[in-house]
Amino acid sequence: MATRLQFENNCEVGVFSKLTNGYCLVAIGGSENFYSIFEDELAGVIPVVKTSIAGTRIIGRLCAGNKNGLLLPHTTTDQELQHLRNSLPDQVVVQRIDERLSALGNCISCNDHVALTHPDLDKETEEMIADVLGVEVFRQTVAGNILVGSYCAFSNRGGLVHPHTSIEDLDELSTLLQVPLVAGTVNRGSEVIAAGMIVNDWTAFCGSDTTATELSVIESVFKLREAQPSDIVQDMRKSLIDSYL
Amino acid sequence: MAEEAGVFMVPQTVGSVLCCKCGVRMAPNAANMCVRCLRSEVDITEGLQKHVIILHCPECNCYLQPPRTWIKAELESKELLTFCIKRLKNLNKVRLVHAEFIWTEPHSKRIKVKLSVQKEVLHGAILEQSYVVEYVQQEQMCDSCSRIQANPDQWVAAVQLRQHVSHRRTFFYLEQLILKHDAAVHAIKIKQMDHGIDFFFGNRSHAVKFVEFVGKVAPIRSRHDKQLVSHDSKSNNYNYKYTFSVELSPVCREDLICLPPRVAVSLGNLGPLVICTKVTNSIALLDPFTLRHCFLDADQYWRSSFKPLLTSRQLIEYIVLDVEIISPEVNIGGSRYALADVQVARVSDFGKNDTIFSVKSYLGHLLSPGDYALGYDLYGANTNDIDFDSYRGLVVPEAILIKKSYEEKRQKKRGKPRSWKLKNLNMEVEESRNRVEDEKKNTEYEEFLRDLEENPEMRFNISLYRNRDYQPSEIASTVDGDFPSIPIEELLADLDLSENEDEDDMHD
Repeated sequence: MATRLQFENNCEVGVFSKLTNGYCLVAIGGSENFYSIFEDELAGVIPVVKTSIAGTRIIGRLCAGNKNGLLLPHTTTDQELQHLRNSLPDQVVVQRIDERLSALGNCISCNDHVALTHPDLDKETEEMIADVLGVEVFRQTVAGNILVGSYCAFSNRGGLVHPHTSIEDLDELSTLLQVPLVAGTVNRGSEVIAAGMIVNDWTAFCGSDTTATELSVIESVFKLREAQPSDIVQDMRKSLIDSYL
Repeated sequence: MAEEAGVFMVPQTVGSVLCCKCGVRMAPNAANMCVRCLRSEVDITEGLQKHVIILHCPECNCYLQPPRTWIKAELESKELLTFCIKRLKNLNKVRLVHAEFIWTEPHSKRIKVKLSVQKEVLHGAILEQSYVVEYVQQEQMCDSCSRIQANPDQWVAAVQLRQHVSHRRTFFYLEQLILKHDAAVHAIKIKQMDHGIDFFFGNRSHAVKFVEFVGKVAPIRSRHDKQLVSHDSKSNNYNYKYTFSVELSPVCREDLICLPPRVAVSLGNLGPLVICTKVTNSIALLDPFTLRHCFLDADQYWRSSFKPLLTSRQLIEYIVLDVEIISPEVNIGGSRYALADVQVARVSDFGKNDTIFSVKSYLGHLLSPGDYALGYDLYGANTNDIDFDSYRGLVVPEAILIKKSYEEKRQKKRGKPRSWKLKNLNMEVEESRNRVEDEKKNTEYEEFLRDLEENPEMRFNISLYRNRDYQPSEIASTVDGDFPSIPIEELLADLDLSENEDEDDMHD
């Protein structure tokens, strides 16, 4: 299910929160209402952590992560780093990296297996991404935009990209990510996808301007209708059993 | 550029997205919304004027361009469209791409204009929308019209056109020239006066223009004066009435002139007895005995300003008895002449005495024995001309034939309507005191029309119109002799859209 919400009358919810299959980060200092919607949806499945990064609330644009790890920019304070290490589950590696492009959320877009990155990221950062997040890294652009983290959002089940993406680009990205992709919009025609929504394998949160049409596109491409938080556990269990056998 | 450099470029196919509002599949645009949704979302004509009041002068069909300019424009004209669009406020906030009139009843005092405008909306999507502006036409007379309405005779400049001759032929011709060139279109009033016409104008420049026009078609001498009507010394405003006195030279076509000695010498000993063959802005003179030809422009003329010795009213009829051509036909100034020795007798003498004149004439190619010709009777003339008297020992012929007479043949046609007609200036005529003057005027007009028929060069400059009332009779066409008439090809169809005629048609 996709949920519509807004952060202090702002529809760009992807800026103020970060959602992965393993945890959810929410900006601190927002109204309690914003936080409680996440609690409502995610309580008991994954931890919802209130935090700031580098003293700001725009945590969704500054950090990148998946269920395996979380990358923080070098501007993150030690307290914040400590707070996150304490709050996140033990299997999530929290790592602060020295990267000139410190808005990691804008430069990196990832699911649990693949990451698309800004073409100008450092070699070391690329290696760090691969190590910490456990993903394959591809330097890519989306519809000619280098800020791949802003203009696309994808989970392990599907992805939404910038509406101007050509069919050839869509095919290429889809082959790289191994998930079905669709060009679309959020927040009543906004093309900044990742700023307008956050998504994981079973739920999504969109800005409250998002229309019913956009919501239905999102639900169908991310396969949210049939998804349950327990499904992923089932899946994991199956594969675990597979590997054990 | 990349392709030129040999770089491989992936072909890009534009994908499609769903309209964020209605879900219809469409090519992505800046707003990511289909055109119809975008239209429903934003109205770019918001804040643009849809109703405008314009002021219109019913008298002169002008529209007020604030603050003070009045623009003359027909309905549905380009000028009116420009005017209408200029009257719209806020139109600079959008881009105007198209404008057209929607037809409205001319009496409805409404003008409708359909405009198409473009504007950038929602992150750079350009939306085009058309809307209708209704202009309500409010009637208000413009300054000049209201001044005229208050007192229609209020003129600022008057042109007094005068010619001091005994006939009005020149003015008949001038009237046609004025009509053809629309020279007096701005005249408030035209009044027929003794020896001339007065033209009244509401503006000095109109009068100046008219005087210039007359100066181009006739040898004139003019002077102007002004009279102070009122003035405001504080704001340095002076209000004058201007009068232009324009005098036409008394020399007319076919007049016999005795040139003053100085003029004759300056023209290379021309004449001194010469005939005026044509009057435009210069005077064409012809020596009837040597066929020498000379032009005298207005300046040259007015320097000596001679008067004709005998004028065309003094022409008398001769009968031609014998013609002996002495030189071949020549073409001088567009008309043909042939010198001949001719024996003539006055028609009035014919059968009474045996007075026969043997004269030289330039009409040799036209005349044959038995014809009638018009000429000046110098034998019987009692001239009273200083220039004429100043020549001592001048050999004067007994008669000078001017033109062939078609009087006999014309007798048959008398009273029948012509196949053509002329237009007339809307002239005020003072009630004539007696019938003689009226009759004289009618005869003169008839003579003028006859001149036109005989002289193609004269009607070259004026417009003849077809006479609708004229029914060509079969008898006339069989009897038609060799006297000149105007070929039908030269006539113009007169476009007549008077309301009376329409009514007649409806009654029929």
